[in-house]
Amino acid sequence: MGYFSDANEVLANEIIGRYPRPKSAVIPLLHLAQEQDGWVTREAMLQIADLTGVTAAEVLGTGSFYEMFKFHPVGRYMVNVCTNISCQLLGGEELLNHVESTLGISAGDTTEDGLFTVEEVECVAACTEAPCFTVNYRYFHRATPEVFDQVVSDLRDGHSPVDRGSAGDSGDMPEHGILGRVRQEIPVDRMAGVVPPEQALGQPVWLPGPADVDADG
Amino acid sequence: MADASSTSDGYVPHAPGYVVNGGPTLLTGRFLFEDSYTLERSMQTGGYAGLRTALSRTPTEVHDEVRQATLLGRGGAGFPAGVKWGFCPNGIWPRYLVANGDESEPGTYKDRLLMERDPHQLIEGCLIACYALGLSQCFLYVRGEMALAQERIAGALNDAYEAGLVGANVLGSDFSVDIVLHWGAGAYIVGEETALIESLEGNRGMPRLKPPYFPAAIGLYGQPTIVNNVETLSNLAWIMENGADAYKGYGSKASPGTRLFAVSGHVVRPGVYEVEQGVTTFRDLFYGADYCRGISGGHALKAFIPGGGSAPWFFGEHLDLPLEDRAVSEAGSMLGSGAIVVMDETTDAVKACLRLVRFYANESCGKCAPCREGTSWEQKILQRIHDGEGRPADIDLLLSVGNHISPGPYPVASFDTEGLEAVPFPPTQTTICPLGPSSVAPITSAIRRFRHEFEALITRSDSIPVVSEVGT
Repeated sequence: MGYFSDANEVLANEIIGRYPRPKSAVIPLLHLAQEQDGWVTREAMLQIADLTGVTAAEVLGTGSFYEMFKFHPVGRYMVNVCTNISCQLLGGEELLNHVESTLGISAGDTTEDGLFTVEEVECVAACTEAPCFTVNYRYFHRATPEVFDQVVSDLRDGHSPVDRGSAGDSGDMPEHGILGRVRQEIPVDRMAGVVPPEQALGQPVWLPGPADVDADG
Repeated sequence: MADASSTSDGYVPHAPGYVVNGGPTLLTGRFLFEDSYTLERSMQTGGYAGLRTALSRTPTEVHDEVRQATLLGRGGAGFPAGVKWGFCPNGIWPRYLVANGDESEPGTYKDRLLMERDPHQLIEGCLIACYALGLSQCFLYVRGEMALAQERIAGALNDAYEAGLVGANVLGSDFSVDIVLHWGAGAYIVGEETALIESLEGNRGMPRLKPPYFPAAIGLYGQPTIVNNVETLSNLAWIMENGADAYKGYGSKASPGTRLFAVSGHVVRPGVYEVEQGVTTFRDLFYGADYCRGISGGHALKAFIPGGGSAPWFFGEHLDLPLEDRAVSEAGSMLGSGAIVVMDETTDAVKACLRLVRFYANESCGKCAPCREGTSWEQKILQRIHDGEGRPADIDLLLSVGNHISPGPYPVASFDTEGLEAVPFPPTQTTICPLGPSSVAPITSAIRRFRHEFEALITRSDSIPVVSEVGT
């Protein structure tokens, strides 16, 4: 197998250990694969299947349901422009037109230099800050064509445009696939402990005796 | 307030969209602090005091307090959380908690704000729920596209584990629980609680057959599972610290407390407002100096969506309704996820309707035929009307397709003005979940009120024979 880097394989096993059943880790591991290569490769799905005890077809079956997983290479920067109702009312479609004409591609395509992929997306929960676009899931609120042009120019020059988003975010712009610049880490000695449901020891210790429990239940 | 800041127009730069309106801040009290998401700030401002109170009482007492507070679910359905908690069957262990942070209803922006700006308040709420119900693990399901929210929650959980607030023996007690941050990956339907559970089990996010209606009976891995919305859980710390009676001091009797409303679209000051339920009206919210300050550009109001893309539209005659689940539901719509979209008189009703319907067609999971086929029929018919290629029978055809997804009377929000009768809400459905029926709300709302706009676009006079009734 051996798709994941050594560090990511350690991480993958740690993530699996947080779930009562390994299959629950399929989506987190697809994210990890996408983080490693920017998209989900066939080799990645084979190893995820191996690690979680399901078939590779099940991994693809699950993964292909979700829009964020890409099964082919995409740009280093994923530009998502919202055109749903709140953004539409305030110029989201015009913004998308500007993005497409500036980059010379249509939604769904990637620029020839491999830098940008554009997608028209559904509501991204920034409705009061419409119109809105995101780049690698970093928000740009109350966006104008000028802001988009500056973001493109920053990225081409190797600068982070995150501060321009007026979204309370700052710092580096990660490449496509890297979602969180901070990861959850659970120290082994602090874990309450995770077991498959059939191995659970019955009623949790902090509840009172069985007779008093949930008389209303 | 030290380190606190808001601009002269009421916005808070580091909490984008949030507007200081002078009202009570049960949920957004920390938003003024730039470092509101840190454990340090949380602790300095009463963080985890609600958890300490909970741990000093029995789990049953904590459950009773929440039940007495009449905390209504903030995800859309408005079901009382304390009652939902009571649906766990006796003697079946383990039980799980799933925090639903998959916010994606069109128009909705409040859970993302709560997760980004005050993750500790949410974590504290999860802990209180787990303690009260004997839930042995919590999964915090955050929408995949919300990268900053995930980072803030990951950082907060790391600090909380380190500080002994989460994990083994919380605050030295015998209460132990792991909270796991789980990333979604882009699918609106996963906000439906049984689809959420499927997704968490590593499957395609398709809703489960009902009954059972509540995963509290059979949920994650077949075990009793409580699924609560992020905003619902974010209320628990305040309720535990201040008590149910104090909570009921805010809002109305039927809908106590405050709620976050995101007002977007054609208003002067769009934003996220913490508002006392049942006291404030839509008119206050749209026109009040402390709120949105009127319709932008001096235009008149045409219509508004009171509770997210799935809600039937409201009009001028609904402005004096209070922001309260029951009142809005009696008038034929829903407050849903606190997502209010304002459309001014320049709005193209057909275009707005098409965009909403396209959303449901895109997001249909494909499990139930009426939704899978029907939403794409609706989209295609609306698209051709919009493009000036509509056929004379298309309006009837649209209503007929809708009738097969959500049999009438249609959930059209209206009073008995202009010859329109009030009809009951929620709608009936021929599907497992409400996604398909939701697509019918904008269609029936727009056709009943703005039928002339549809007719004006249907320019062809050479009638093409079309069956106006499908499938019968």
